[in-house]
Amino acid sequence: MSLASIPQNSRLGRTLSVLRDVMSRPSGAVGLCLVVFHLILAVISPYIAPFDYRTMNAAMMLTGPDGVHFLGTDHLGRDVFSRTIQGGREAILVTGIATPIAVAWGGLVGIFFGLIGGRVDEVMMRFVDAFLSLPWILKMLVLIVTFGTGIEVLIPTLAFFYGIPVIRIARAATHDVVARDFVAAARARGHSRMTIMRKELLPNVLDALMVEGAMRWSWMLLAFSSLSFLGFGVSPPTPDWGLMIADARGFMSFAPWGVLGPVIALSTLIIGINLTADALAKALGIDRAQKAPV
Amino acid sequence: MTDTPVIQLSDLSIGFTGRAGYTLPVLRNIDLTVRPGESIGLVGESGSGKSTVALAAMGYLKRGLRVLNGRATFEGHDMFALNRKELESLRGGHLALIPQNSGQSLTPTLRIGAQLTEALRLHSRLDPSQFSARVLELLGQVRLPDPQAITRRYPHELSGGQQQRVAIAMALAGEPRALLLDEPTTGLDVTTQAHILELLRDLARETGMAMVYVSHDLGAIARVCDRVVVMYAGEVVMEGSARQVLTAPTHPYARGLLASIPKLSDPHLPMALGGRPPAPGGAGDGCAFVDRCALASDLCRTSRPMLAPGPGGAPVRCHHADRADTLPMTSTGDHAARAEVGTAPVLSLQDLEIRYSKPGILDRLRGLQDTRPATVDDITITIAKGETLGLVGESGSGKSTILKTIAGLLPPAGGEIRFDGDAPLPRSVEQRGPDHLRRIQLIFQNPDDSLNPRHTIAEILEQPLKLYFGLSGTALQDRCVEILERVRLGGHYLDRLPSQLSGGEKQRVAVARAFAANPDLVLCDEVTSALDVSVQAAVLELLNDLKAAQGTTYVFVSHDLAVVRALSDRVAVLYQGRLCEIGPSAEVYALPSHPYTEVLLGAVLEPDPDTAPKLTADDVIELSPPAKGCPFQRRCPRKIGAKCDTDTPPWQTRDDGHAIRCHIPLDDLHRQQQADS
Ligand SMILES: Nc1ncnc2c1ncn2[C@@H]1O[C@H](COP(=O)(O)OP(=O)(O)OP(=O)(O)O)[C@@H](O)[C@H]1O
Ligand code: SF4
Ligand code: SF4
Ligand SMILES: [Mg+2]
Repeated sequence: MSLASIPQNSRLGRTLSVLRDVMSRPSGAVGLCLVVFHLILAVISPYIAPFDYRTMNAAMMLTGPDGVHFLGTDHLGRDVFSRTIQGGREAILVTGIATPIAVAWGGLVGIFFGLIGGRVDEVMMRFVDAFLSLPWILKMLVLIVTFGTGIEVLIPTLAFFYGIPVIRIARAATHDVVARDFVAAARARGHSRMTIMRKELLPNVLDALMVEGAMRWSWMLLAFSSLSFLGFGVSPPTPDWGLMIADARGFMSFAPWGVLGPVIALSTLIIGINLTADALAKALGIDRAQKAPV
Repeated sequence: MTDTPVIQLSDLSIGFTGRAGYTLPVLRNIDLTVRPGESIGLVGESGSGKSTVALAAMGYLKRGLRVLNGRATFEGHDMFALNRKELESLRGGHLALIPQNSGQSLTPTLRIGAQLTEALRLHSRLDPSQFSARVLELLGQVRLPDPQAITRRYPHELSGGQQQRVAIAMALAGEPRALLLDEPTTGLDVTTQAHILELLRDLARETGMAMVYVSHDLGAIARVCDRVVVMYAGEVVMEGSARQVLTAPTHPYARGLLASIPKLSDPHLPMALGGRPPAPGGAGDGCAFVDRCALASDLCRTSRPMLAPGPGGAPVRCHHADRADTLPMTSTGDHAARAEVGTAPVLSLQDLEIRYSKPGILDRLRGLQDTRPATVDDITITIAKGETLGLVGESGSGKSTILKTIAGLLPPAGGEIRFDGDAPLPRSVEQRGPDHLRRIQLIFQNPDDSLNPRHTIAEILEQPLKLYFGLSGTALQDRCVEILERVRLGGHYLDRLPSQLSGGEKQRVAVARAFAANPDLVLCDEVTSALDVSVQAAVLELLNDLKAAQGTTYVFVSHDLAVVRALSDRVAVLYQGRLCEIGPSAEVYALPSHPYTEVLLGAVLEPDPDTAPKLTADDVIELSPPAKGCPFQRRCPRKIGAKCDTDTPPWQTRDDGHAIRCHIPLDDLHRQQQADS
């Protein structure tokens, strides 16, 4: 089937046209390229890495970049380049699983409260606000200290914490849509609540959730790296950007490449996600300025 | 006063590069000269390029647009040659723009005083010590009562009209020599709009600044402008004194535009201007108006007319301007079929009371009643089969509230609604049977809000058809096409999204969706107020035709008294959720009137340079009705004393069913009003 033969306003047609719109914006094109580049790298990096990330070499500690070690070596003589290109795999895997879970549960709960409204909704939002006002690292540490580290703890922990701000967004989007006349029109026609929810509400709220999901993902990546940095995330010798930065920090004054590699990798991914989210918001006609900053 | 132009656009063309790489013009060869002290009106339907002209005069182009040809100068400065810094010092200072909804663009978190001080700091050369005195002076200049108190308020503590006045005061802060206004009163109440226009007129006279007033509303233009420029498809098609353009237009489009405006003085349905303007670049070699013009000849198709002095001397862009006077410029009314009004009541509202506030939990536990006055109270109206009842009143008078209650979206706090002689209707949609739901349909004000942006037109129309008639497959498809054709759209619209339709088309889809249910009663909430005049006329005509064909009953809500007159058999006037006057249209629009109706009628702007609005009451917005007495007591210019404050006025009913609720005896009222007019 050629692209032109897809009905313009079918679901697939819309997805394609949104994608085209995102790509036509400079921020979207650059952002999406960065994200896709990192995703591909995460998949193929073990096969293209010039060195094994575990191989230590006591004779080659903290050497500078050269033709063999593009980014030099770390304090154990491991190749920084090989470790950098593989250092996002764990982070992307964990956050890639946790993000959809966070958006799904936060979205459902938010839509639910948005729909019932009234006092229950107000009270629940106070709880959400109170929770959000605690420093995230504190909440996270309490859980990790209680349940231990490792993927099986990190995924649910991140999914839980990052679902809470989604509640707010989903609730606000639901409120917006519920107040619009097309919902009143559907009610006045006598459609059932389920139909109104599925046909009128969801398609409009999902747009906001998609953009929100992208934003959550970048925050989550940052959180994951911070946890690794603090030693609560990935355990050595698995390469991880946060962990690498923590390890190389002590030698920054004379061997800055150890920090530079992972920092550039992490920031290009996060910037890429943010640019994409921005372009996506514009393509979907969502005003990001209104969204709660969390 | 010198005669050097303040603003001058010469041979200005602006365009953008389209998908196929061609340059598509949005403005074509605009020449416009504005001299000091002059007020110029720019009119045209949406998309005609009038806002682009105003913005170009500021040296501003919307994203993607560029100057193709010509110049725009302000006091001799070439606006497109200035650098950013020079532009910024001009804009907001000597050259100010008041955009649409500028009242709402005030910073919500800053007090009015602070915002004005900031404007002074940016745009005036005054010493900071003089700012506070100047702020008060500016607020006084825009006739805001008690300027000192206003400076301490936040924007949301002001009414729409007051916000608009503050926005004007901000623009005046830089002592502008030219003021550009883009639809400055659209969305305001009739009375507020009339007050703002009077203010602008006076300001222009007092300060000698030049004004360019952009609007689709010829009534507003007639009120403030000396000269009118009519735009169509990016071109100036006619230009002349306000009197020439409004009383003897020589361009067919200008005549059509005038005929499409509902007028208070004319009870007929306005005449729609068929077709729609060409898309940018789609005008071809000939006249841009050729597809919609009754005088079009072969010459019009092949050669583009030039702007040249026509009959009467005013420049006009038409090959056959000498024959334009054969075209009607007022509605003849022959085109509209009138439906039969039956006698059987379809809908009767009995003592309807509606509240938004609910008593708090504690009060409810203690069994306390809410003592605040209800938002809507004491509404008793009976509507006969095939009748159209117009419901008018200012913003906040409860018009939409009443419609929502009839539709079951907002359960009433008291009273009952009977439909078709049956037992009282259940209070909310959830309790109503499918037959009742089908027979009462609601059409909303803004189709952008009432059509789900994610549904195609087919999905939108299928909803009622599936729900009420269980249609599916080809029967469903055929019926959708049939319904679309009834509102004069075709089957090729089915796969489009609302965002791919024009405003008028969207509203037709909304009308089509309501009529898909085969309703007996259609509730129309400001269905034309989001539309251009020419499109509005078409939608009104459509509603009228559908009604004539199907015997539908309408409740037609609008704040526009002329629109209501054109469509309604009977009119009810509402103030603060209470009825003031009700009766056959002709009677309500004639004397005697309820003092509130009189105020409303006086504020209506007619596209006629010789009628001035009569402003007898202030344009204050009351937040809640008074607890007792007459609801209009606080603004009534004919108030007779304490009786109005304490006693509910009686209904005074005449034989023809015309009823007025006022303490002044009808004969006295009539005499007073005749003496005043
Ligand atoms: N959801 C709401 N909650 C509380 N008060 C409301 C609500 N909606 C409307 N009101 C109030 O009820 C009154 C009537 O409002 P309504 O919308 O019926 O006016 P309207 O005549 O339709 O005005 P407009 O011309 O602006 O559409 C106003 O005082 C308004 O502020
Ligand atoms: S030039 Fe011809 S088509 Fe154009 S307005 Fe005049 S008569 Fe009509
Ligand atoms: S009752 Fe009194 S306040 Fe009310 S409209 Fe009549 S004169 Fe005015
Ligand atoms: Mg309303």
